[in-house]
Amino acid sequence: MSTLKLRINGAERTLEVEPGTTLLSALRDQLGLTGTKYGCGEGQCGACTVLINGKARRSCLTPAASVGTAEIVTIEGLETRGEGEAAGRLHPIQQAFLDEGAFQCAYCTSGMILAAVSFLKENPHPTDAEIVRGMNGNICRCGTYPRIVAAVRRAASGSSGKVQG
Amino acid sequence: MSADRQSVVATLLDAFEGVEPERYEFRERPSWDFQLGGFSLARRDFFRLMGCGVAVFLVARSGAAQESGRAGGGRGGFRGEELPKEISAWLHIGNSGAVTVYTGKVEMGQNIRTSLTQAVAEELRVEPARISLVMGDTDVVPWDMGTFGSRTTPTMNLELRRVASVARDVMVELAARTWNVDGKRLVANNGRVRDRDSGRSIEYAKLAQDQAFSKAVVENDPLTPPADWRIAGQPLPKVDARDFVTGRHRYTPDVVLPGMLHGKVLRAPSFGAQLVSVDLSAAQAMSGVVPVHDGSFVGVAAPSVELAERAVGAIKAKWNEPANEPAHASGGSETSPGSAPPSTASSAHVSEYLKAHVQQGGDEGYGRSSEEKGSVDQALTSAAHRLDATYSIAYIAHAPLEPRAAVAEWKDGKLTVYTGSQRPFAVRDELAEAFHLPANRVRVLIPDTGAAYGGKHTGEAAVEAARLARAANAPVKLVWTREEEFTWAYFRPGGVIEIKAGLTPGGALAAWEFHNYNSGGAGIGTPYEVANQRIQFHDCDSPLRQGSYRGLAATANHFARESHMDDLAHAAGLDPLAFRYQNLKDERLRDVFAAAADKFAWGRSKPATGHGFGIAGGVEKGGYIATCAEVSVDPSTRAVRVLRVVTAFECGAVVNPDGLRNQIMGANVMGLGGGLFEAIQFEKGRILNNHFAQYRVPRFSDVPQIEVVLVNRKDIPSAGAGETPLVGLAPAIGNAIFAATGVRLRSLPMLPSGRIRSA
Repeated sequence: MSTLKLRINGAERTLEVEPGTTLLSALRDQLGLTGTKYGCGEGQCGACTVLINGKARRSCLTPAASVGTAEIVTIEGLETRGEGEAAGRLHPIQQAFLDEGAFQCAYCTSGMILAAVSFLKENPHPTDAEIVRGMNGNICRCGTYPRIVAAVRRAASGSSGKVQG
Repeated sequence: MSADRQSVVATLLDAFEGVEPERYEFRERPSWDFQLGGFSLARRDFFRLMGCGVAVFLVARSGAAQESGRAGGGRGGFRGEELPKEISAWLHIGNSGAVTVYTGKVEMGQNIRTSLTQAVAEELRVEPARISLVMGDTDVVPWDMGTFGSRTTPTMNLELRRVASVARDVMVELAARTWNVDGKRLVANNGRVRDRDSGRSIEYAKLAQDQAFSKAVVENDPLTPPADWRIAGQPLPKVDARDFVTGRHRYTPDVVLPGMLHGKVLRAPSFGAQLVSVDLSAAQAMSGVVPVHDGSFVGVAAPSVELAERAVGAIKAKWNEPANEPAHASGGSETSPGSAPPSTASSAHVSEYLKAHVQQGGDEGYGRSSEEKGSVDQALTSAAHRLDATYSIAYIAHAPLEPRAAVAEWKDGKLTVYTGSQRPFAVRDELAEAFHLPANRVRVLIPDTGAAYGGKHTGEAAVEAARLARAANAPVKLVWTREEEFTWAYFRPGGVIEIKAGLTPGGALAAWEFHNYNSGGAGIGTPYEVANQRIQFHDCDSPLRQGSYRGLAATANHFARESHMDDLAHAAGLDPLAFRYQNLKDERLRDVFAAAADKFAWGRSKPATGHGFGIAGGVEKGGYIATCAEVSVDPSTRAVRVLRVVTAFECGAVVNPDGLRNQIMGANVMGLGGGLFEAIQFEKGRILNNHFAQYRVPRFSDVPQIEVVLVNRKDIPSAGAGETPLVGLAPAIGNAIFAATGVRLRSLPMLPSGRIRSA
């Protein structure tokens, strides 16, 4: 066992981990942040996506001990933090997923949303083809892809008008 | 109230499964073989107290709701002395006016938590936000066979409308009593009862306050007709959507209990492998690790997943692997069902294997089914156009993103298990059997699940977690890895379909002979008019563990039938849609063909060079579907791209058009995988592609433009929609590829490499 200090969702957290513990396991089993999902354990499905220094990363392939002092954001950390009027307000991408109904079983949704946050930071005004390329590492087995593309498009443009289909 | 509840308890405790499920809905035997000693435990109360308020129980007459609520006949057998009763639903209005509805159905992404809430809101006349559904908790919900077969909407939706409608009447009755007026002048609306004469009104919450009123009803009130729906029929968003975009929803793998350990099971190296010996000493020596060996089961519980994995890795086991022994002759049918898959079975030779392992015995209707009318042989011989062909269907995996998982806890002799399953009561019974417990000593809870697609009928993870938890004397969580999910779950059956068909000179179907080997009987009947037909399903010994998959065999049977119909149209020189119309009387099916064709502009637009249009359709589980597809084929690489899909669907009165569109679109995307590239590869008792890196599922880049056309028939009772929208896609694409290239692809998946191989 070794002691780690991680910066997660704006707070410093201390935890004890077995050697070889992944960030995914640390988040879920040590810190109770179960919004990040296990889907395949090999970086193929994207369900475990978190942000590390603002970039989408596969937490299932990231050793917890390798993160150092980098800032980790999970799905639990996307809502506006702190006190005041804005507290608890959804991130625009979370809101866009709600507005488009861009989920079915929603097991992939945390990873999809964090992948989209990272993608839109790199490319704030993407075409649909760019959204498809940017999000292609994440699997939605329920096949909600067209609505997810619409949600990312909506978040990018702040547009309204729900996609049909 | 207590007397009523007692009778309900008595009815339910006598739970008995007398309903014959559809073939392949859950034919696999449980995979455990523990040798625990007898466990005799006293029964405990089946129900927790519901609290004050008003409760309505729906006691449906037998046959009214065979899937939801138990079928007739208790343990002593039904002799006809009295009507067998079944409780199919109940509803409770508490002190605060909160409405709680109890149902054995479960939510796994098909959006029934929302559509059932709408049904209750509609009939009870309350806003959906006041309603919560308790689903799939075996201690508090009515017995239910399971959530499959697209049965929730035609059965449970109706049952909940009935129970809510009675509850509304109870509210009116209580108000009439309170005010001492005739109930006829009272009307219920928006959570209140209003007196039309005086204008005064009273909230449901007030009426339910401190009551202990219960009502058990046998028959339903007249229900609100779909044309008058105000809440049902609307595109209500997913009721708990916010929990899913914030990560708050707890799926089974997210459940945490105090003192919980993590489990890991030692898997056999190949199917059918027998454990010869096992040495647990290395695992035993690890601090905090509890190793378990019971029968063929070997596993550990440990304080962390990492330690559990290391401990299992340290266990030394010797296996006898029949699948790895030298091959014997592949012919014959000596293999008995459920035995180890012979070494000769492989994905490269599925068709040959199945044809060589047709089950000979068994009654018609289970192992085989057969329907025949007219003189098929004679009509085939005298047909003006004759076309025979064989189709093959690969085994595929459900691959739900949430793998099988369970959290089990033993407390005071009672076993409680959280797990993702479509059949909470069947998993309860499986646990009761595995651990020699009465059913009322087992509680199964199903958190809304990260999908199932027909793949979660069984309770493997639940049984394994419970076994480990018993040994560890602590709660245990077990989450299958992706590799385990791909290997040790069950598969959609592979199959072989043989069709012989004949046409009259004018292009009318004269003869139709259809044989399905192993993939199943769902959707096997043709909707087209054929005087002479022979349709048979042949049960085979499967080389792999197989079971339900979204749509069952309707996908395979529609692929073969609608591909063949397309070939027949070309043989007769007719437009594929015109040919179907010519042979089709079913108005509802004609209507969806017309709706899809119209949106697609079938017949009004011509495909570009290298492009092709295809159409296919059918009817299954009360849903009518037609799908049009456009593909392009690269002239040099022969790579196929699906460009556009239009699916028209009709399932009676639409309960939630937004959820329905989502299901139809998703079904098309899922159908794309099985239609084009998904296939399980296996050899010598091993799955060769048990990772997403090797088993390709549809991704963003695979998805064409998908347009959904809803045909809303408010005059027809609602049918389910989770499965049938899938069945038109593969044949529509195959027919489009044929239109573009003249190449007919007769195997699912059609394009494992993405390219047409033969010219």
